[in-house]
Amino acid sequence: MADPPMVEAVGVTHEFDVSLPPLRRMLSREPRRFLRAVNDVSFSIARGTTLGLVGESGCGKSTVARLSVGLYTPKSGEVRFEGQNLAEARRHGGARRQMNMIFQDPYASLNPRWRVSDIVAEPVRMYGLEKNESSVRRRVEMYLTQVGLVPSDGDKYPHEFSGGQRQRVSIARALSSEPEFLVCDEPTSALDVSVQAQILNLMRDLQRRLGLTYLFISHNMAVVRHMSDQLGVMYLGRIVELGDAETIFQRPRHPYTRLLLDAIPDLDHIGRARTPVGGDVPSPIAPPPGCAFHPRCPLANARCREEVPALVDVGGTRVACHAVVEERGSDGALG
Amino acid sequence: MSGRAFLDSDVVHAFRQSPAAIASAFVALVLILSGVLAPWLAPHDPTDLATLSLLDSFKPPWPAAKAEWVNLFGTDSQGRDMLSAIMYGMRVSLLVGFCSVAIAVTLGILIGLTAGYLGGAPDTILMRIADVQLTFPAILTALMINGIAGAALPRTMRDSMQVPVIILSIGISLWPGIARTVRGSTLVERDKEYVLAARVIGATSWRIMLRHVLPNVLGPVLVLATLGLGLAVLTEATLSFLGVGLPPTRPSLGTLIRYGNDFLFSGQWWVTIFPGITLVLMVLSINLLGDWLRDALNPRLR
Repeated sequence: MADPPMVEAVGVTHEFDVSLPPLRRMLSREPRRFLRAVNDVSFSIARGTTLGLVGESGCGKSTVARLSVGLYTPKSGEVRFEGQNLAEARRHGGARRQMNMIFQDPYASLNPRWRVSDIVAEPVRMYGLEKNESSVRRRVEMYLTQVGLVPSDGDKYPHEFSGGQRQRVSIARALSSEPEFLVCDEPTSALDVSVQAQILNLMRDLQRRLGLTYLFISHNMAVVRHMSDQLGVMYLGRIVELGDAETIFQRPRHPYTRLLLDAIPDLDHIGRARTPVGGDVPSPIAPPPGCAFHPRCPLANARCREEVPALVDVGGTRVACHAVVEERGSDGALG
Repeated sequence: MSGRAFLDSDVVHAFRQSPAAIASAFVALVLILSGVLAPWLAPHDPTDLATLSLLDSFKPPWPAAKAEWVNLFGTDSQGRDMLSAIMYGMRVSLLVGFCSVAIAVTLGILIGLTAGYLGGAPDTILMRIADVQLTFPAILTALMINGIAGAALPRTMRDSMQVPVIILSIGISLWPGIARTVRGSTLVERDKEYVLAARVIGATSWRIMLRHVLPNVLGPVLVLATLGLGLAVLTEATLSFLGVGLPPTRPSLGTLIRYGNDFLFSGQWWVTIFPGITLVLMVLSINLLGDWLRDALNPRLR
């Protein structure tokens, strides 16, 4: 039997309670309302590889990120870590130590009242990885050096750093528990473009050297292409296309993926007429019936409005679209 | 924070720019020191009955004709030196003030952090308790606790337990304001990503509340504690003035004012005026300091 994948999600669904407070709900006679942020999501990430997840704001990417480090417990379905249920695995410090997370906002993810050296050392101290304070200090200095800061930066407070430097501190903290699996929730979206490239290259370099496994979340297609082995495209809580990243970029199949790729400005085709994506993302509290994308999809027909498409294999990638299965889109309606 | 970083900080800079803050800090410091150091500084021990002589009674304050400079603020009906009585009275008032604020801050922080961080049912229950208590004026809460304790304690213990009971009742009457502020700031902090980062590595709720969230909500608590100190001193003086506060064996400023009140219309004004002025100066300087601190820590007013 082959090794189980590092991280695996099987039919994961997660809901948030967005009801009014009990008293006001009773007075206005409203039922409880739930927001289904993640709906029947499955993927697996092999050791040492990167799964990129893309999608618009509010499509459930960050919820998937938090589910896969155990910050949320799925409402149904299961997240497995090295073949074991994530919640059970996390009861032991040993497994918990193997995962960590890098956050989106470098201004909120570091405690403003803590020195950088204490921030980076927290996982080391929590897991008791070092016996005494001087070796904790040596270790912190090593990680700070590894992410391109200098050891004396440890004495400073987060507000003394720029956004890119803070994100380096964040990465140093994530690395200091010696994890194998890192969840990166839009780690570069708050940074300048020039700094983004530095951080992304640093992350790839660390992956190569330390054999890290990444779940990489972003809404930036170019960033995801740079980072991912596998790519998942999310729309309104579901994965609509999943497969080898380069294959999807070369030959996107789902109409939503095609629209996303179409929207990227391209230096080779200046002046090209771009298809604007009409409409807004529907409310996840009351999603449209059938395929959630049908109100905006140029290929939608009656079946799309009624039946939720399943992820099926189409030429090497997995796509959830009736139009693709029926080969409706191949007549060039989308170019 | 190192010493130099502290001297460099915005708060210290703002302090140097504000004459009102410097003046009130100076007055508060002088009053607090003369209260705390009363047994060493005061010219006379007002609790030592053996040194009192009725012949010294009702001496007017110093510049008057019959006055001696030893009794700067005059003497009372028993011949007690008023200056010494005021210094010892401040000592008691400050003891009650600091201890009750310490109780209120501890309760307020623990309850506010728990309610804000856990949310849900604990939050609702704790905050409704705070709301109910806020509908009673602080003085009424203190009166009630004082009355219950007075009825519950055996007669022999009543006098010796009076100071702790007053401290407790003022402390309990002050916690809801602090708890609400702490809860509000905790609600803002608990969803920040640094808290999530601590949860990912398996930090317990207690650890997150005390080590991560608490340092970030302490600013407003500092302001409330300063303002609360003035309020606590005033509440204690009110209780003592009403005669339900501290026993006459340990007179506070409020006891002195009540006692002197009896002689106000017979011409011995100094017995009540000087403790009154001291109380006003003390509460005013502490409150001005608290007001200034609130503005100095508010980034929007910079």
